[in-house]
Amino acid sequence: MITSFVLRALEGRIVMAVAVLAAVALAVPASNLLLSPDSALHVPTYAVSLMGKYLCYALLALALDLVWGYCGILSLGHGAFFALGGYAMGMYLMRQIGSRGVYGNPVLPDFMVFLNWKELPWFWHGFDMFWFAMLMVLLVPGLLAFVFGWFAFRSRVNGVYLSIITQAMTYALMLAFFRNDMGFGGNNGLTDYKDILGFSVQADGTRAVLFALSALMLALCLVLASAITRSKFGKVLVGVRDAESRVRFLGFRVENIKLFTFVVSAMMAGIAGALFVPQVGIINPGEFAPANSIEVVVWTAVGGRGTLIGPIIGAVLVNGGKSFFTGAFPELWLYALGALFIGVTLFLPKGIVGTVQSGLAARRAMKAAARAEASGNDDRAPSQVQAAE
Amino acid sequence: MNLVKSETRPKSLLYLDGVSVSFDGFKALNSLSFVVEPGELRAIIGPNGAGKTTMMDIITGKTRPDSGQVVFEDMIDLTRKDEADIAQLGIGRKFQKPTVFESHTVWDNLELALNRKRGVFATLFYRLSGEDRDRIEEILATIRLTHRRDDLAASLSHGQKQWLEIGMLLAQEPKLLLVDEPVAGMTDAETAETAILLKEIAKSRSVVVVEHDMGFIRDLGVKVTCLAEGSVLAEGSIDFVSNDPKVIENYLGR
Repeated sequence: MITSFVLRALEGRIVMAVAVLAAVALAVPASNLLLSPDSALHVPTYAVSLMGKYLCYALLALALDLVWGYCGILSLGHGAFFALGGYAMGMYLMRQIGSRGVYGNPVLPDFMVFLNWKELPWFWHGFDMFWFAMLMVLLVPGLLAFVFGWFAFRSRVNGVYLSIITQAMTYALMLAFFRNDMGFGGNNGLTDYKDILGFSVQADGTRAVLFALSALMLALCLVLASAITRSKFGKVLVGVRDAESRVRFLGFRVENIKLFTFVVSAMMAGIAGALFVPQVGIINPGEFAPANSIEVVVWTAVGGRGTLIGPIIGAVLVNGGKSFFTGAFPELWLYALGALFIGVTLFLPKGIVGTVQSGLAARRAMKAAARAEASGNDDRAPSQVQAAE
Repeated sequence: MNLVKSETRPKSLLYLDGVSVSFDGFKALNSLSFVVEPGELRAIIGPNGAGKTTMMDIITGKTRPDSGQVVFEDMIDLTRKDEADIAQLGIGRKFQKPTVFESHTVWDNLELALNRKRGVFATLFYRLSGEDRDRIEEILATIRLTHRRDDLAASLSHGQKQWLEIGMLLAQEPKLLLVDEPVAGMTDAETAETAILLKEIAKSRSVVVVEHDMGFIRDLGVKVTCLAEGSVLAEGSIDFVSNDPKVIENYLGR
């Protein structure tokens, strides 16, 4: 049962993408660690971390594609799940600092000592254990998505209204996390990490491993998303997107279908956030900013929603462009982003991958028609004979 | 409920009694009562705003009535259930505008509609069995779409979409089928074909058809209920109903 579920996921494009990701996961760290810095193929450490960051964004875009591209839920709050996963990882990293902090307190992170707190708040307990923190990376975003989705989908909040309340959700979380007495470091967030599982977060080797893990996790989630979307459940999802009432009148519980997808997607976003934090070295409430979540939508739209591969390409391209632009013409980046979104909406409504796909399909159809004309037969006859056998 | 044990077959399949509903003061249904018997094919006519679609909304759980009873198979109170529950009980609904999954193939549309477990995990791990394959082939033949099975539903003609939607309802294996204006926008040939299709379907289940096309209803040759202003105006054979002075005044004469 499980094997057929996974095997179904391994369609040509997905296998290729997984192969590329696996190759990248090996090649980039290898070039960074093994080649001498003078070599033309050497990837400097800052670039490894930068690309690792892109891969985390790609995973976030993939998560959004699952709910937006397939189920039609335009979430403008996915940045919140990403940030919560990031905070869970950040809390683990803070606890690892121990007495090496500025104030040297063996238990309390620096910002708590600074606020004159005497003991660890209850929700910081357990985060000194890696496994517990990783569990929270999945559970906290998953639980928020579950509670939020439970109310929203049950009350049949749809379309623009749903998008707006997801924005409100991430905005509210941002305001809450900015407060010092929330216990998450307020404005400054969590930073000054020392090590992860005993390895220095600054070391080249650790950064290479984090990069490889990001690529592999992205590949894993891609296979999972593909398995979900290619199952009968995936077809129901597309049904919900295109004709929700028809799905309902066929006897499906649309609210459960949406809830499941939303929770899985939020957990993926949480994983992305957890991999992001050790690579950039900080998590602060800015990650909850509504604009961040909207940017994710732009990446997904540019790459092509409902294609799984598209959002990954979109996230890497747009963020690559952002790094280049903010370096070369810092004041122009926001204009470029706006122009990109308008341009894609007007000229590439299906995104890069979607456009390429429909182009290929049209060419195939034309070829089939030409072949049918040449042989003078109806083009459908052979496939039917085959299927009947 | 005082059901006699030996009586396995319910007396009425669907029973509406004194159903009223109003929207912002407008009485869409005004103490509507009628009964559908098992195996019956029934046509419902009436002018625009007579409450035909509202009645379907109430039966399928989309709208809750303000008052009145809606009972399925003599014991199930439909006013307490939602769309998914009611669909699983065996009431299928065809919309006025053909509503199929345009980005799926004809085959996938039927596969989704098939009366199988509909839970999240059941659908995640679903595999097409030989039995399901045969059932889909059978429905494809019934709705005359075997040659289009691998085409996207979006590429079907209007009439074919209507048939596909009827096929999806068949795949649901309902006890009662509600069909809203199945021949609107169809050619004459398609209309005649649809009448044959519905009569074929009604052999094994009850069907309620809402329709404006009097010729089509005559083709069906069934009992007719005429609605006006939210309640039943007349009921009987097509000739009886179309000669009723109230029906002529309210509907046919206009």
